[in-house]
Amino acid sequence: MQIKEVEHIKKLRNKYLASQKKFPRKVMVCCGTGCLANGAGKIVDAFTDALDKREIKHFAVEAIKETGCHGFCEQGPLVIIEPSGTFYTKVKTKDVDKIIEQSIERNEVIESLLFAEPKSGEKIEKYGDVDFFKHQHRLALRNLGKISADSIIEYISVGGYKAFAKAVTTMKPDEIIDEIVASGLRGRGGGGFPAGRKWRTCREAAADTKYVVCNGDEGDPGAFMDRSIMEGDPHAVLEGMMIAAFAVGADQGYIYVRDEYPLATTHLQKAIEDCQESGLLGENILGKDFSFSIKIARGAGAFVCGESSALMRSIAGEIGEPRAKYVRSVIKGLYDQPTVLNNVETYVNVPLIIDKGSSWFKGIGTEKSSGTKVFSLVGKVRNTGLIEVGMGTTLREIIFDIGDGIIDNRPFKAVQTGGPSGGCLPAEHLDLPVDFDTLTEVGSMMGSGGMIVMDDKTCMVDVAQYFLGFLVEESCGKCVPCREGLFQLHKLITRICEGKGEEGDLEKMEHLSQTVLTASLCGLGTSGPNPLLSTIKYFREEYEAHIRDKKCPAGVCKSLIKYEINDKCTGCMACIPACGYDAITGEKKKIHILDQDKCTKCGACYAVCKFEAIDVS
Amino acid sequence: MVNITINGKTAQAKEGEMLLSVIRRLKIDVPALCHHEAVEPLGACRLCMVEITKTEWDGWSKFVTSCLYPVEPDLIVSTHSDQVNEIRRTIMDLYLARHPNSPEIRKLAEEYGVLKTSYEVQVDGDNCILCGICTRICDAMGFHAISLVGRGHGKTVAPPLNEAPPDCTGCLSCALNCPTNFIEFSDQDDKRTIWNKEFEMLACVKCGATTITREFAEHLSKNRDIPFEYFETCDSCHRKETSLTMGRIAAWTKEAQS
Repeated sequence: MQIKEVEHIKKLRNKYLASQKKFPRKVMVCCGTGCLANGAGKIVDAFTDALDKREIKHFAVEAIKETGCHGFCEQGPLVIIEPSGTFYTKVKTKDVDKIIEQSIERNEVIESLLFAEPKSGEKIEKYGDVDFFKHQHRLALRNLGKISADSIIEYISVGGYKAFAKAVTTMKPDEIIDEIVASGLRGRGGGGFPAGRKWRTCREAAADTKYVVCNGDEGDPGAFMDRSIMEGDPHAVLEGMMIAAFAVGADQGYIYVRDEYPLATTHLQKAIEDCQESGLLGENILGKDFSFSIKIARGAGAFVCGESSALMRSIAGEIGEPRAKYVRSVIKGLYDQPTVLNNVETYVNVPLIIDKGSSWFKGIGTEKSSGTKVFSLVGKVRNTGLIEVGMGTTLREIIFDIGDGIIDNRPFKAVQTGGPSGGCLPAEHLDLPVDFDTLTEVGSMMGSGGMIVMDDKTCMVDVAQYFLGFLVEESCGKCVPCREGLFQLHKLITRICEGKGEEGDLEKMEHLSQTVLTASLCGLGTSGPNPLLSTIKYFREEYEAHIRDKKCPAGVCKSLIKYEINDKCTGCMACIPACGYDAITGEKKKIHILDQDKCTKCGACYAVCKFEAIDVS
Repeated sequence: MVNITINGKTAQAKEGEMLLSVIRRLKIDVPALCHHEAVEPLGACRLCMVEITKTEWDGWSKFVTSCLYPVEPDLIVSTHSDQVNEIRRTIMDLYLARHPNSPEIRKLAEEYGVLKTSYEVQVDGDNCILCGICTRICDAMGFHAISLVGRGHGKTVAPPLNEAPPDCTGCLSCALNCPTNFIEFSDQDDKRTIWNKEFEMLACVKCGATTITREFAEHLSKNRDIPFEYFETCDSCHRKETSLTMGRIAAWTKEAQS
């Protein structure tokens, strides 16, 4: 399959679409990392085996698609029957025969496999009607779950490489950059820097060699936006990079993928090879004077390598430490050459903007933050997963409409946005329209899109301590404010969690935070105190309870809490074996006794008690 | 040339010159623990931070490490503003918590009024301040024998796999440039030990005093085109040789004139 001119892409697309017509129904099996871990691979095998055993009219292996991630991983493995959009969750291999007989052969819906909305219990038949998906606006995630993840022809069949062909054959590099500037596209990796401006500076920089680099080193705990895109729609990443390379005049690209993402690496590698084979990467692409190739660089697991200058040093084989960016990387980046570095999500928006125009993109989102944003919604919400919404959507809509509210109807306490260097926002900010600027204004940030929802059982001091601990672990150790400052902040907050906090500790932490924020070398340090400062700002009384009263109001910090058995105890004896430390003794139908000296406050008894007989104080 | 203002006085700088270099030329005392003129600046200690602004910035200012900041026309620099001093004080406070036993750190902290750290002291803390001067100088010498290893608070300077570094020639550039004298070495008789590696010292053929290690002499003679024998004479004997030669030249000149 050689693509030498634009017509070839159209022909391939039409031919493939015609070939697919013989299948009135297709089975889309989600094969993202989450569903694979839940056994999606076995589901695909079961479908294939079933086809080996007997012939099914208008159905063949080609109609089973191993798709990318839908983002609803906790309900996986997910199976969708197209074109009806029938949505099956938690599918097991034993369900496969039933799906073939009822849904493929007879076009019937299997009630027992449908998703039930957690709040109402209502069974929903179609994918698009589920609350979790209904309120989303999927642009970056447009192809996830819709096509075979690693197939170039499937990507072409949904309009893939059309934008690239348009850019290379009908637009001048400056026109492409004008279009990206006009779209208002801002960097999705966290910085929010206008992508078009970055491209322009790089284009105008005088140099023989320029680079285009994709940042796929997603390291925020719990975030998997970029992983899912790289796994499920690798060609969209390549297409965005190819357009960028043509626009800025680069002939070499790199995708920096963290090593914990083996499936993403495999799919990207296959996508690159398929593009090389078909002529979309290589010399004189589409018959034009444009040559471009892409290599994968694998990260080795350091969080700080997601920082642009550290990432570039890591690609070059040096120690992954950031450098001062008084001279920006668009002027002097990878191998000291002008380099455009954008995040995975930024690149996948590019083909859409070129295809549909900047004014279409500008029409989505808010004035200063156009388009959509993918978030990884986790924590104490009923629906967790990967979601994409227009910029300006409120936190309330995200948490209560898409996330379906807080588990067990507990009160909402805070939402942590922006990853480890983001901040925690309380209920008073629930109606905040989410975009780059509004989140920063209230002391948090967009970051790469992590969103952790917390209920009243979450201790904010404990949360800040966790994130500070993460950053202490991940600080590269180059500059003193970050290496020693975050370390001391973590020491101070740990003391508070242990009930050893003293008057003045809060002020001391606030003072030290200012130096860490101002004097650190890179973004890790200059945003590192955010989780601490935002929780002190919004939950100061919780800190004071830890320091003054030596109490943890949420009942989390082990040194400050006590488990006690109250008179609701029925003497069921469930907690006795649950305790791994023999701290509970008692007889049947008599109130049990908890030995405080032996209790390690692990909470196992609390978890098994069905009678609310264990108090945490 | 670029005109800038430092602490209210006009100064001239070369294009592309770093601020710290201009500041030092003016004999203004700005501390820097990771700076060494022989190697590229690193920006790790953050002590050389200064506050910069421009008239057109409308009162807005920012803090930059002067060792890495290239001069710009019309830059207005304050090397000791209240906020800058506060940053330096906090950094010294942090250093003092980590390296309470280092005389160099204690002295510098004292200059900034920090006599006792406000933070948790690492009682057994060593004196390596992770400035990276040793590793950068080793790289500049062309050896790459030691490196910064690990990350964060547990970062250290070490040879590969913590074993005697194969590329070390025992030149002592690391140890002699260490601002806190942390890197240990010993010279005993005709043996030198550093980084757990033992070296043979060359002896002066004339007086028997030790000169440099055999590895270092071999490296220099190979890469700098100096005869190996040159290193088999010590510095004082070289000087004696030179004075004898100069004396002979003087005698010849006198003879020729008469």
